[in-house]
Amino acid sequence: MYYREVIRQMHDIGVGSLIIVFIISLFIGAVTAIQFAYQLDGTLVPDYYIGYVVRDMTIIELAPTITCLVLAGKVGSNMASEIGGMRQKEHIDAMEIMGVNTAAYLIMPKVLAAVIIIPILVAIAAFVSIGGGFIASVPTGLLSGQEFVMGLRSFFMPYNVFMMFVKSLVFAFLLTSISCYQGYNVKGGSIELGKASTNAVVISDIMILLADYLIAVVLI
Amino acid sequence: MIKISGIYKSFGNTPVLKNISAEFQPGKTNLIIGKSGAGKTVLLKLLVGLIQPKEGQIFYNKVDFLQLKKKDLRTLRMKVGMLFQGSALFDSLTVEENIRFPLDMFTDLTKKEKSDRVNTCLNRVSLDGINAKFPSELSGGMQKRVGIARAIVLNPSYLFCDEPNSGLDPKTSLVIDELIKDITIENNMTTIINTHDMNSVMEIGDNVILLHEGEICWQGNKDEIMASDNEILHDFIFASPFLQRLRNAAISNGFQK
Ligand SMILES: Nc1ncnc2c1ncn2[C@@H]1O[C@H](COP(=O)(O)OP(=O)(O)OP(=O)(O)O)[C@@H](O)[C@H]1O
Ligand SMILES: [Mg+2]
Repeated sequence: MYYREVIRQMHDIGVGSLIIVFIISLFIGAVTAIQFAYQLDGTLVPDYYIGYVVRDMTIIELAPTITCLVLAGKVGSNMASEIGGMRQKEHIDAMEIMGVNTAAYLIMPKVLAAVIIIPILVAIAAFVSIGGGFIASVPTGLLSGQEFVMGLRSFFMPYNVFMMFVKSLVFAFLLTSISCYQGYNVKGGSIELGKASTNAVVISDIMILLADYLIAVVLI
Repeated sequence: MIKISGIYKSFGNTPVLKNISAEFQPGKTNLIIGKSGAGKTVLLKLLVGLIQPKEGQIFYNKVDFLQLKKKDLRTLRMKVGMLFQGSALFDSLTVEENIRFPLDMFTDLTKKEKSDRVNTCLNRVSLDGINAKFPSELSGGMQKRVGIARAIVLNPSYLFCDEPNSGLDPKTSLVIDELIKDITIENNMTTIINTHDMNSVMEIGDNVILLHEGEICWQGNKDEIMASDNEILHDFIFASPFLQRLRNAAISNGFQK
């Protein structure tokens, strides 16, 4: 019954966040490459390590975490204020009276959509990020294209990709369920709605970082 | 039939309803009247379970409403229609989608059957042809009527209306009152209406309950109002000096009902 709503949410979250995810990952990748090249300067570590480090930093940590922190700000606050507004305008009460299971109807499609689409966004972010690293280091002469690609292909562990998907799945679930909860239980007026939306972002961010730490401890 | 007994509700230390007991019969328009802040909306929300009472019992045809499990409560609620005081239309949906919402949720009707049903309901509230408009494009009174259309779209067994004709002109107000009365009789619904519109009281008041300071201070039907010597009731119904003069004139001319 909620199938169409899930599709709609997937579209909203996915397509709606594509541009910001793209821009941010491009810069994250670029900055990682330049920073690491700077650290390497004057050491004996070979240059192709830049490609390797950009890849692994991105996949293990930056793509899932930064993307989801950003999505908490964009998608999370949006969900909290949407559902919170419906609570305050008695829309949720009206649905309850009709016999609708409002928690399931309003929250479940959002969480489900996020859990499906956010890992895909994260994967895109990882690719773009690596592209960003390439753009920032190869044309500027930090290393050659062959070296960068050689770095990308060195010491590859598929397990890291698995970890990236575990992280993005967990983060997606956390940020949507926390944000929806904040909106669903809002009371009072527009000030409280603003607070709920802020809380959605702040709590999601903290929980994402905490989960990041725990997953790192458990999976590495 | 809905029966309540010993309902007590307070917010913080201020009691809003104290020991309310009443019976609402099907096929009759039950009116709850009382001045602004008397607790009408609170009582209506208690009856549908949006607010929990501190004490008291609510029965829907022998079913103990307050003891219902979540799932059974939802099943019962599919037979409930409610108009909120602020209409509570979904503002990102069109009028048609608003009215169709319960149909989409709970029926397997075809597109055509649904849109026929929506149009029938819109026709009953005299709003033909506004299907594609959004609630924000309607006047307050029109929103009220769309709210009524949405409340009756599933032919409920229980209908709750919180001030269905506030914001309506006297003529439209009468039309809405007639509509509610008609569908109440047609479907043998248990209908409970909050109002402070004295025209409604005098036209469709099969069972009128006056709330005052958290208690029921008068109960009867529209024909008993004139004859009653309850001061609070008269202050409420004949609030304006104009109506008071009318009433005095009627009585001095030997008006008896
Ligand atoms: N959520 C709430 N928290 C605290 N007090 C409340 C709450 N809801 C209602 N009240 C109080 O309960 C009393 C009754 O309110 P209610 O809305 O039932 O009045 P009403 O009879 O519907 O009035 P009106 O005709 O103006 O709609 C008011 O004094 C109000 O302040
Ligand atoms: Mg009210």
